[in-house]
Amino acid sequence: MRRFALIALPYAWLLALFLVPFGIVLKISLSDIALAIPPYTPTLDLSEGWAGFKDFLAALDFENFTFLTTDDLYWKAYLSSLQIAALATFITLIVGYPIAYGMANAPDHWRPTLMMLVILPFWTSFLIRVYSWMGILSTEGYLNQLLLWAGLISEPLVILNTPTAVYIGIVYTYLPFMILPIYSTLERMDGSLLEAAEDLGCSRLTAFWLVTVPLSKNGIVAGCFLVFIPTIGEFVIPSLLGGSRTLMIGKVLWEEFFNNRDWPVASAVAVVLLLILIIPIILFQRNEQKSREAEG
Amino acid sequence: MGQTVFEPWNDPDEKPLIQFKNVTKRFGDFTAIDNQTFDIYEKEFFALLGPSGCGKTTMMRMLAGFEAPTEGTILLGGQDIAPIPPNKRAVNMMFQSYALFPHLSVWDNIAFGLKRDRMSKDAIAARVEEMLTLTRLTQFARRKPHQISGGQRQRVALARSLAKAPKLLLLDEPMGALDAKLRQATQFELMDIQEKTGTTFVIVTHDQEEAMTVASRVAVMDEGRIVQADTPARIYENPSTTYVADFIGDVTIITGRASPAGEGYEVHYAEAAAPIYSAFDIDLAEGETCHLALRPEKVSITAERPADRRNAVQGTIIDIAYLGNLSTYHVEIEGGQMVKAQAANTRRLSRRDFTWEDTVWLSWTDTAAVLLRE
Repeated sequence: MRRFALIALPYAWLLALFLVPFGIVLKISLSDIALAIPPYTPTLDLSEGWAGFKDFLAALDFENFTFLTTDDLYWKAYLSSLQIAALATFITLIVGYPIAYGMANAPDHWRPTLMMLVILPFWTSFLIRVYSWMGILSTEGYLNQLLLWAGLISEPLVILNTPTAVYIGIVYTYLPFMILPIYSTLERMDGSLLEAAEDLGCSRLTAFWLVTVPLSKNGIVAGCFLVFIPTIGEFVIPSLLGGSRTLMIGKVLWEEFFNNRDWPVASAVAVVLLLILIIPIILFQRNEQKSREAEG
Repeated sequence: MGQTVFEPWNDPDEKPLIQFKNVTKRFGDFTAIDNQTFDIYEKEFFALLGPSGCGKTTMMRMLAGFEAPTEGTILLGGQDIAPIPPNKRAVNMMFQSYALFPHLSVWDNIAFGLKRDRMSKDAIAARVEEMLTLTRLTQFARRKPHQISGGQRQRVALARSLAKAPKLLLLDEPMGALDAKLRQATQFELMDIQEKTGTTFVIVTHDQEEAMTVASRVAVMDEGRIVQADTPARIYENPSTTYVADFIGDVTIITGRASPAGEGYEVHYAEAAAPIYSAFDIDLAEGETCHLALRPEKVSITAERPADRRNAVQGTIIDIAYLGNLSTYHVEIEGGQMVKAQAANTRRLSRRDFTWEDTVWLSWTDTAAVLLRE
């Protein structure tokens, strides 16, 4: 009985905070748009009893999902989101790994400070941080001023409202999610393994490729998923930094909801997005489980 | 004719494999190795023995190439090894933690060093098989390090470090993580493998029994210096200082003043007591302070004074350490001096001859005690 109570709690949590909202979104995605509050039909009216419920079910259909396939805006947005997320994840890895490596090899008394510096940005509002990037990247922004002053460029660079700005924003925002899991695997690594590799004939570089990288694989995979998964649905960064030229599904979703007020289509977009994300999420969970087993 | 004795250090024609020449290593203000000069010969099993912090690990890490001497040179086969990085040295090391690569199988761990040498696939496979057979690991080749026992892991580490057929193998506390029974079995296994491969082994250990069992020569270290480097038997029977005598095995040290008498010396250790005689070859002046080192197993314990022995003292049993096969008696003699005496328990414990507070006679032969200056 106690065991049941123990597992019942997380399941109740999942049910209330994930499954029920998802059920609502799914239901809306199967409805039709209407000029009403809420802006869709049918709505479930329990006062009419069983017959009312049957009518309600009959009114639901997959029309909105079919619609998503007819307009190429949607699949292009999905595809471009995946592409941007993949490239941004890769850049974050390239930037994050050396930082994590440096932290793990820093003297012990430096590590808490370095860790703090990585986490520090989280203490400010995410929105404000993205806004401040607008100030840095705009044509009259700090970056251009600095480059002009240094004489490296004669014309200000156009960075804001381009995909480059989106990548900068994503890499900046999600960098800690990449650094922390990699750092935690590197930090636990036994230093004598590298000495052993060297002793057996490796140069420093080959020892890094043959020992350090494989042993931090779980951290790399975890970090990549932690960046990739939220980036696909990212809305704030592309809409603030990317301008009209960047197509991402999060932005499409927002426009469907708030500009078109087409809740059913927006919900359908969200459901498909979730289905796309399920694959990397499952892979991520499997990686976590594997690394736990390897340690256990 | 018996076998020729393996004693290259006594042969002036023999060229040493490793030569330490005035080697000093400092870490900041701390001197880890203090101006050491000594040789290690080919096919030797050389043990560096000492308490933690005596510099034995630093010595080994300098041989492996992970530390460079502050002063002096280390020669390997007559060549200065200072400019050679660890990955280019014909020296391999077995780490105390074993340092097995957790993401690689036993087979791949052993093959790791061979692959770096760009050997052909067949040659690598053949060599790995050879190593697996040598260390009796063939059936575990496909397992990962976390899927095998501690003793097997130790053998993988040994096989991996031997695979490249190094001129010199360094073993850093190789049996530190094994339990007592397994350690004993492994010691003999290690000697066997050393003999089979003909590799020179340098072992670092703090376990004197281990060093005595496996090594051809033992170097006892203290605070960055080798106090004495000699065969286990000579280290035990002819220690050069009280530190060595005390570090190896059990010993009673009696301090007194020497006066020449016949072949040896008489040592006066207490006002009222008769002096102790030792016929030990040493040069001491009249009245010079000296130390007698007396091994407990060389002291007999009897109820009556033995007639035939010059060294016999009376005392009271203060403590008895029962070790099963042996008992060590702590006996207080004249002047409050404690002397340890060991006797085999030839009878059952309930029928033991002596017990606490008994007055007994301790005696030993003229040559049993070693005289030491410091």
